[in-house]
Amino acid sequence: MIERIVDFFGDETYAISRRRLFYLVLALIVVADFLVSREHAEYLWERLPGWSAVYGFGSCVILIFVSKFLGHQGGLMRREDYYD
Amino acid sequence: MTDFVHPALLFILGAVPIPFLKGTIRKAYLVLVPLLAFLAVLTIGPGSYGAATFIGQEILIAKVDKLSIVFATVFTIMALIGTVYALHLTRAGQHVAAFVYVGSALGVVFAGDYLTLYLFWEGMAFASAYLVFAQGSEKATGAAFRYLMVHVTGGVALLGGILLHVAVTGSLLFGPMEGAIGVGAYLILAGFLLNAAVPPLNAWLTDAYPEATVTGAVFMSAFTTKTAVYVLARAFPGTELLVWLGTVMALYGVVYAVLENDCRRLLAYHIVSQVGYMVAGLGIGTEMAVNGATSHAFAHILYKALLFMGAGAVIYVTGRRKLTELGGLYKTMPLTVALYMIGAFAISAFPFFSGFVTKSMVVAAAGQDHRALVMLALTMASSGTFLHTGLKLPYYMFFGTDRKLEAREPPRNMLVAMGMAAALCIAIGIFPGPLYALLPYPVDFEPFTGAHVTESLGILMFTALGFVIFLRALDPENTISLDTDWFYRKGARGFMWLAEKPLARYEKAVSDVSETAVLPFLHGSARAGLRLDLNGVDGVVNGVARSILTGGGALRRLQTGVVTHYALAMIAGVIAAIVVFAVVWR
Repeated sequence: MIERIVDFFGDETYAISRRRLFYLVLALIVVADFLVSREHAEYLWERLPGWSAVYGFGSCVILIFVSKFLGHQGGLMRREDYYD
Repeated sequence: MTDFVHPALLFILGAVPIPFLKGTIRKAYLVLVPLLAFLAVLTIGPGSYGAATFIGQEILIAKVDKLSIVFATVFTIMALIGTVYALHLTRAGQHVAAFVYVGSALGVVFAGDYLTLYLFWEGMAFASAYLVFAQGSEKATGAAFRYLMVHVTGGVALLGGILLHVAVTGSLLFGPMEGAIGVGAYLILAGFLLNAAVPPLNAWLTDAYPEATVTGAVFMSAFTTKTAVYVLARAFPGTELLVWLGTVMALYGVVYAVLENDCRRLLAYHIVSQVGYMVAGLGIGTEMAVNGATSHAFAHILYKALLFMGAGAVIYVTGRRKLTELGGLYKTMPLTVALYMIGAFAISAFPFFSGFVTKSMVVAAAGQDHRALVMLALTMASSGTFLHTGLKLPYYMFFGTDRKLEAREPPRNMLVAMGMAAALCIAIGIFPGPLYALLPYPVDFEPFTGAHVTESLGILMFTALGFVIFLRALDPENTISLDTDWFYRKGARGFMWLAEKPLARYEKAVSDVSETAVLPFLHGSARAGLRLDLNGVDGVVNGVARSILTGGGALRRLQTGVVTHYALAMIAGVIAAIVVFAVVWR
């Protein structure tokens, strides 16, 4: 069974159903976020439904591009023989 | 003392017979020792054991309370898992080093005074360095020497701090720092922060761990940084500086992980990131935050070991470690993929995996303490955690471009060890109760609220969306990243230049003088001496020379040229010196 699950995530033949499942999950999460109760929310953003989706996506994009910027333009990434 | 068996002793003395056992008996023995130690920790009662006076100071070999028991519990579980993972090794060296390493870590966790703590602290550094040396390649040897150098330096700072601290407070006992933090306390803190891999003192970790042996790295990922978290929890809870260091650290590790191409170095940067949560939690210092940091250390040891075991299995089977050279392994290693992914879900804090019930406690504690910025930064770091360990690493290692590598599942003992860690990651995630009961303070925290579950899933799955959209931007590149080890790796070059150029020239000038002026004089006196020598001294000298020659031969046998032997000799020397000192002092 494990092999079949792993295969589902790797094999090209399942690409379309994989994508559909992914978008369905995303939609369900956002919908659920509107439905849950938030009486304990302390901060402004905790009261906004869908906030976590926006923040998660934003964090991901920021991390990728800031890091790559530091790596390429900031000179953190070097050839592998740099220390040799 | 009768009702207390020190678990550290079980491991350190238990390491002695390993080289003399063979085959199945050795395997059984290797599994038995961690099991016994685990039982010893389960039956331990809170209290003080092994109190004595030493050079007029009170020392306390073992102080047992809830905090030390949590760490000792997970350390012994981890020792069992790591040992099972390494069972296929036929040479004894790594088993012995791992046992001494685990034993020393347990020694630190129970240490009631600074002297005991310091001795075990150094024991950890040397034993773990062996796990890097044992890899054998030139790169690993270099990394191991740098690792030792950094840890010895940190040890000196710690020792200096301890001496100053004792001079001020008059007590060797190890406990919370009270009052204003003086120079001694700052030096101790620096020594602790170095082992916790807090930037800029983090580079030893990401330099050495990926160079260690496949099995050695699993042990290393668990013990050094978490022992440091323990001592910080013991001595410096509520130190404001730690909040900010921890928060920066959580993001620092994530940023470097984007750039990394070596699979285990990427995971090593995530140790830095995850330990950041713990350091921040300890800095906040409320009961909930300390609980969060402690439980997160517990969960972290298990899932991080699982991730290192998964990456190690790939390296073991394929011999490759760079993401640019891996890919398409999911067909041949499906079990490894599944087990690795359990670790990845746990570190990313998916609901019903261990990270969810522990990491969220730290974040919630930051919120409760009105630290919005810390909370947002830590949440951003969890997005990055999933991005790398849950998406980037498995995608490029197991899926992605099929490199047509010949692969198979790793040996069964490796899979069993991964299975054990995976089972615990899930068990803690579903039933956090037993872990919460172990924590130092009563837990008043409910992780499974609707809002918390949807929030976590939102963060994680929309990170996945970002990953899918910007996949090409994340393609690994054939590079290495500059970290703070640059200073001593390039700095050492400068030192070598100094040694080779100006110093060598100075030496040449001195030898020129001696050749022109001193040598003729020496020749003359030598001729005079020869005449004297021939008339009678010869016999005596010959006798002396012969005995020196035999003595020299014996000495030469002592010089093995193996670094670990010298290290052991140094430790023995230090202990002997302390004993002599103590006797004379009396």
